[in-house]
Amino acid sequence: MSVAVTIETIEKRFDSFTALRGVSLDIQPGELVALLGPSGSGKTTLLRLIAGLEQADRGRVLFGEADTQELSLRDRRIGFVFQHYALFKTMNVAENIGFGLRSRPRQERPSESEINKRISDLLELVQLPGLEKRYPSQLSGGQRQRVALARALAIEPRVLLLDEPFGALDAKVRKDLRAWLRDLHGRTGHTTVFVTHDQEEALELADRVAILNDGRIEQVGSADDVYDHPATPFVCEFLGEANKLPVKVVGGQAFFGDRPVLGGITQNQGGPASLYVRPQHLRIVDETPLALPGTVEHLRRNGPLRRAEIAVEGLKRRLDVDLASQVAPAIGERVRLRITHGNLFAAA
Amino acid sequence: MSDAALPLAAAAPARRSSARGESLGVRIALIAVSLLFLLLFLLLPLAAVFVEAGSKGWEAYRAAITEPDALAAIRLTLLVAAIAVPFNIVVGIAAAWAVAKFEFRGKNLLISLIDLPFSVSPVISGLVFVLLFGAQGYFGPWLQAHDIKIVFALPGLILATVFVTFPFVARELIPHMQSLGTADEEAALTLGASPWRVFFRVTLPNVKWSLFYGVLLCNARAMGEFGAVAVVSGKIRGLTNTMPLHIEILYNEYMGAAAFAVASLLAGLALITLALKTFLEWRFGDEIAASRRH
Ligand SMILES: Nc1ncnc2c1ncn2[C@@H]1O[C@H](COP(=O)(O)OP(=O)(O)OP(=O)(O)O)[C@@H](O)[C@H]1O
Ligand SMILES: [Mg+2]
Repeated sequence: MSVAVTIETIEKRFDSFTALRGVSLDIQPGELVALLGPSGSGKTTLLRLIAGLEQADRGRVLFGEADTQELSLRDRRIGFVFQHYALFKTMNVAENIGFGLRSRPRQERPSESEINKRISDLLELVQLPGLEKRYPSQLSGGQRQRVALARALAIEPRVLLLDEPFGALDAKVRKDLRAWLRDLHGRTGHTTVFVTHDQEEALELADRVAILNDGRIEQVGSADDVYDHPATPFVCEFLGEANKLPVKVVGGQAFFGDRPVLGGITQNQGGPASLYVRPQHLRIVDETPLALPGTVEHLRRNGPLRRAEIAVEGLKRRLDVDLASQVAPAIGERVRLRITHGNLFAAA
Repeated sequence: MSDAALPLAAAAPARRSSARGESLGVRIALIAVSLLFLLLFLLLPLAAVFVEAGSKGWEAYRAAITEPDALAAIRLTLLVAAIAVPFNIVVGIAAAWAVAKFEFRGKNLLISLIDLPFSVSPVISGLVFVLLFGAQGYFGPWLQAHDIKIVFALPGLILATVFVTFPFVARELIPHMQSLGTADEEAALTLGASPWRVFFRVTLPNVKWSLFYGVLLCNARAMGEFGAVAVVSGKIRGLTNTMPLHIEILYNEYMGAAAFAVASLLAGLALITLALKTFLEWRFGDEIAASRRH
C-alpha cells in the first residue's frame, strides 16, 4: 500500500528564480518525514513536485520503481492536505470526503453504500463522528484540518503530503493535533511527508527531518541526529537557539581568546572555528578549569525556564544561559560558565 | 443588573456614534438626500411608466401589448436574449477562467478588451457591425453573393446584443475567481477528478452566485438594449423590431399609452430581476457571503 518515494536531484526554476537546486531525498515506505526550513526555502515547491502539481526542470521523482513523470495526477494516488485545507465550500463534510471515491471511473468506483460506510469510518478515525452534514464554514479550524485529512485518506493514498498541516491553528490545538497525527500515522502507516517551519513540531513528529535552506537540503536525519549533530551552522541555528563563539582549535582544545573553553575535541581540525552552544549547554559553575568568566546583565523567564544573559569580555553579543534548577544569580554578579556541549564548525 | 453597570451601558451608545465620526443631524441629512434621490430619479419615473401605461384603461393596455407588431417585438426580444445570454454565459465563463486561473502573456490586454463594450458607445458598437456586414461593408458583397443577411436581420441583432452584453458575466466572475485561487481545483485533481468534474463540481459551484448575478444583469441588458440594436435593426415592423425599438416607434407616433404599455413590460422585467436578486440574497445570504469571503 505505502510506497517508497525517491527524489533525485530535482531542480525547479520559476522564470529566472531558482526555487530548488538539486534536491535528493529517499523516503522509506511508511516513513514520516518532515520538511523543515525557513519561509521561501522551497518546502511547498518540493511537496507540490512530489504531488505532481508542479513540473521539475531537472531530476525525477520515483514512487517505488515507477517514474512519476508517466503517471497522471489520478494515478499517482496522492493524499494532499493543503495549508488552508482547500475544502470544497459548496459541499458538506460527507460530500467532501466522498469526492475522491466518487471521482473514480465507473468500473473502479465503490458502491454508494460502500462510500457512505467509508465516510463514516473516516470521520470516526479523525474523531469527528456525526458531522457529515456540516459545511466547512460551520467547522472550527482544527475540525476543518481533520476533515481535509479524512478527505485525503479516503482515496487510500500511496503517499500522504501535508503542507503546514497545523499552520493556521493556535498553539494549544497544534499540540493536540500533533500527538493525534503521530498516533494516526502509527495506525495507518502511510508514507508521509509534511512541511513545517516549526522545528519543535518537526522534531517531535517525524521519523526523519530534512532541513531545507535556499532550495537545498542541508541535512537529513533523525531528530536526535540533526539536533545533536547539526551538519552545518545553518541547521544548528535553525533547530534552536545557539550562542556563537569565535574560537581557535589547537591540540584538541578550543580557545576563546587565550582561554581554553572546551576540551576533548576529536575532530581532526585546527585553526579558527565557530563554536555553537545552546543555552541549556552552558552551566554556571564554581571554580574549574575550562570556564568562561562573565557578568550577569539580565534575567528573564522563558516559559518554564529562567534565562540569564551574560556578558563576556571580548564578545559583542551576550550569552543566553538556561538556569534549569540552579539558584538564580543576581544581576551584576560575576559568574563562571562551563560549556557542556558544543558544535564546532570551521570558520567560513 | 447592578446600579454600577448603568453608567457604562449609557456610555456605550454615545461612544459608538462618536466612533463613527458623525452626528445625528448629519446622518439624517445623508439618509434624506439618498431617499430623495431614489424617489426623484428611480421611483417616480418607474411609477410614471405604469401610470401612463394604464391611463387609457385595461382594454387599451391589453390591446397595445397583444397587437401583432407588439407580440412580434416581444417574441424577437425573447429570442435574441435566449441566444445571446447563453452564448455570453459560456464565453464569459471561459474568459474568466482563463484570466483567473492561468498566467499568460497579454492577460492585461484581454482584461481591458473584456471591458471594451462598456466603454464604447452602443451606437458605435452597432455601427461596427454595419461597417463589417452591411451592404457597403467589408464582407457585404460576399454575404450578398451567398444570400446571407446579417445586418437588418436576426443575426445582426444577436451579434450587437452579444457584443454589448458580453462583459456582464465575465466581470462578475473574474474578481471572484481570482480571489478563490486554484487550491480547490488542485485539491480536486489530486483526489483524482477529471477536468470536467473539477469544473462542474468545484469551480462552477464556487462561483454560482456571481454567475447568477452576471446572468441576471446580462439578461436585463440584452432585453433592454436600445442603441446598438437600433443601428443594426433597420426597424422593420413585425420583423426586426425588438421591444425597446417598438416602444420608440410607438412613442414617436404619438401613441404614448401604447408605448408605455409595452414599456411597462420591460420595467416589469427590471422589477422581477431586482426582486429575484433580493430574494436570493435574503434566502442564501450566508452562502453568498461565504462564497465571496473565502
Ligand atoms: N508560482 C511561483 N512563481 C514564482 N515564484 C515562486 C512560485 N512558487 C514559489 N515561488 C518562489 O519559490 C520560493 C520557494 O517557495 P515555497 O512556496 O516553496 O516556499 P516555502 O518554503 O513553502 O515557504 P513558506 O514557509 O513561506 O510557505 C519562494 O521564493 C517563492 O517566491
Ligand atoms: Mg509553503
